[in-house]
Amino acid sequence: MKDAYTWGAILVIVLASSTGDVLLSRAMKQIGDVGKYSRRAGLLAVLGRVVRNPFFLFGLVTMTLAFYSLLFALSWADVSLVGPASASLTFVANAIAGKIFLHEQVDHRRWMAALMVAGGVALLAG
Amino acid sequence: MTFRKYLVLAGITLFAAAGDSLLSYGMKQVGSISLAHWTSVIFAVLNPSVAVGILLLLGFFVCYATALSWADLTYVLPASSLGYVLLALSAKFFLHEHVTATRWVGIALISSGVGFVTQGPALTRRQRGSSSEGRASKPFGTRTLP
Repeated sequence: MKDAYTWGAILVIVLASSTGDVLLSRAMKQIGDVGKYSRRAGLLAVLGRVVRNPFFLFGLVTMTLAFYSLLFALSWADVSLVGPASASLTFVANAIAGKIFLHEQVDHRRWMAALMVAGGVALLAG
Repeated sequence: MTFRKYLVLAGITLFAAAGDSLLSYGMKQVGSISLAHWTSVIFAVLNPSVAVGILLLLGFFVCYATALSWADLTYVLPASSLGYVLLALSAKFFLHEHVTATRWVGIALISSGVGFVTQGPALTRRQRGSSSEGRASKPFGTRTLP
């Protein structure tokens, strides 16, 4: 029973964190290079612009959901299972989401990297 | 990619690895939380290790958001995944755990994945003047950041 809870929590982590990653990436791309922007307008201006971005705020909500699911999962199972399992699935989910929702150019190199990292993380759990 | 940008990627790696370790250590102290008493997860943040872990994860979040402002999501994620290797190495050298052959293969895979993606461009180039990112039919090239 605890196993089903753990995997349910891992699924929530994967979905919520990849949604959050996509939204955060979208928000930060709208804002633009924060290094350049803060040199021009100051750090506070950057912060103000970031926290008023709706994609950022919604992304924060989904990341908070992912964070609390992680806390639940960690209280039910070992970090050596929860960490690698959720991370490796998130890498693959993000490669797919990056291509579909962010229209990033996910070329062979990036697919290979995502799969290699996901596979490597899964092996670390073994 | 400038040296400063590689530093931001290193920040993602280090803050995430240290933050996750502390969070895990703290949650082990807090113990198992049942769904019937789900509100106690809110008070778990009062545990010192969990609190410091959260501070480190805030540092991670700032670096992560910064990196996403100048690089693709599908670049940042693999490029900053060396933290898993650091965790395994710290398990061997500081906690004196036995690192199995399977884990060494995993470490090699992650490292080569990171090497792979950082060889490529960091940002997908958009057509100038096209406001929506939806025009995937237009061929976009790629460029390396300065």
